[in-house]
Amino acid sequence: MTIFSDIGRYLLMIKGMFARPENGKMYWKELIHQCTEIGFGSLGIVAIISVFIGAVSTIQTAYQLVSPLIPPSTIAQIVRDTVVLEFAPTLVCIVLAGVAGSRIASELGNMRVSEQIDALEIMGIKTKTYLVLPKVIAALIMIPLLVVIAMALGIWGGRLAGVASGIIDGYTYDRGLKEFFDPYTIKFALTKSYVFAFIISSVPAFYGYFVKGGALEIGRASTKAVVVSCILILLFDYILSALLLPT
Amino acid sequence: MIEVKNIQKSFDGKIIIQDVSAVMKAGQCNLIIGASGSGKTVLMKCMVGLFDPDHGSILYGGHDFTAMEGRDKTEIRKEIGMLFQGSALFDSQNVEQNIMFPLSMFTDWTYKKKLDRVNEVLNRVNLPDVNRKFPAELSGGMKKRVALAQAIVLNPKYLFATNPIQGSILKPPSSSTNSSKRSRSNIISLL
Repeated sequence: MTIFSDIGRYLLMIKGMFARPENGKMYWKELIHQCTEIGFGSLGIVAIISVFIGAVSTIQTAYQLVSPLIPPSTIAQIVRDTVVLEFAPTLVCIVLAGVAGSRIASELGNMRVSEQIDALEIMGIKTKTYLVLPKVIAALIMIPLLVVIAMALGIWGGRLAGVASGIIDGYTYDRGLKEFFDPYTIKFALTKSYVFAFIISSVPAFYGYFVKGGALEIGRASTKAVVVSCILILLFDYILSALLLPT
Repeated sequence: MIEVKNIQKSFDGKIIIQDVSAVMKAGQCNLIIGASGSGKTVLMKCMVGLFDPDHGSILYGGHDFTAMEGRDKTEIRKEIGMLFQGSALFDSQNVEQNIMFPLSMFTDWTYKKKLDRVNEVLNRVNLPDVNRKFPAELSGGMKKRVALAQAIVLNPKYLFATNPIQGSILKPPSSSTNSSKRSRSNIISLL
């Protein structure tokens, strides 16, 4: 029964986000602040992960492609599609669920426990709109951008590792990237990133906003938010792949 | 004037306050005294709309606050200032930003005018020169005074204070001083 009650409260929170702001300037300021926190705050870890994922993909693909009949440029094609279709949107979003999601849950949880949310309510501020909506919009703006950066860095990391280890030369890798390229893969990856961005921001916001208790409960809510977000990301990854990828 | 009529509030079937009625007149300072856990803060949270009472009604100037929705409720809340037991200051903002927050949200004043008002209320609570300090750098009593400054910055019609004696920022009437050693108190001031 708790799960249905939680889903109901989550949907009511989402509905409650959409109200007229009391002061557009203050909401804009909060949105910019959240864009900085979610976007620039996660850029470092996203960059590091993307480069290494691309590098590992190149080496492992080369290891498996042993037939002399397969041209080396195939390595670049496989790395490109793997990074664009799966690693950049899904893996990066799972990492972001940990980085940005736990921050959102603990920030809101701390505000709830220390009565800051109550104080805002009494001032006459719509707390769901002021505290949750900017986080969701910021995630919808910044996470797809991070995913695009992750795609570029992942492919570049693959090239770097391929050239450095002598698996493939730069010219062949670049040529392979252009072969059989389907722009739909980018659209598909961006669609996934928007769905994941909504999950990464709204689910932790839900767990943080409704936390009860003290510091221990904030930690628990934060962990639960990350776990549920990761499961939902994987579930929607499967659903979107099944629905949107022509087989 | 605030009228509380037959308020009842329970949590998970346990009744916390039952059949509470009171009239609080303009210009008066009203003190709610009771033992720890007797429901003083629950009553106050019902009065400001943070909790919905199970039964009864709360009237602000004759208007039923408990029956209000959306914008009407927000309008009443804009006339309320509340001082919380734990101060409820924003950790990431300094004292000046904390007090300026309601002014930035609800007025279109210039920065200079807002700053003048912030300094005015900080002087009223005897805390000059703490503008740039963060809540973590203040003592418990100072935090409460900053929270009081934030609560009065918009000149609210009604001021609610939860356990204000803690930190000694608001003193109860002399007759109640002795009982405050055993009991805690909440103050509702109608300005």
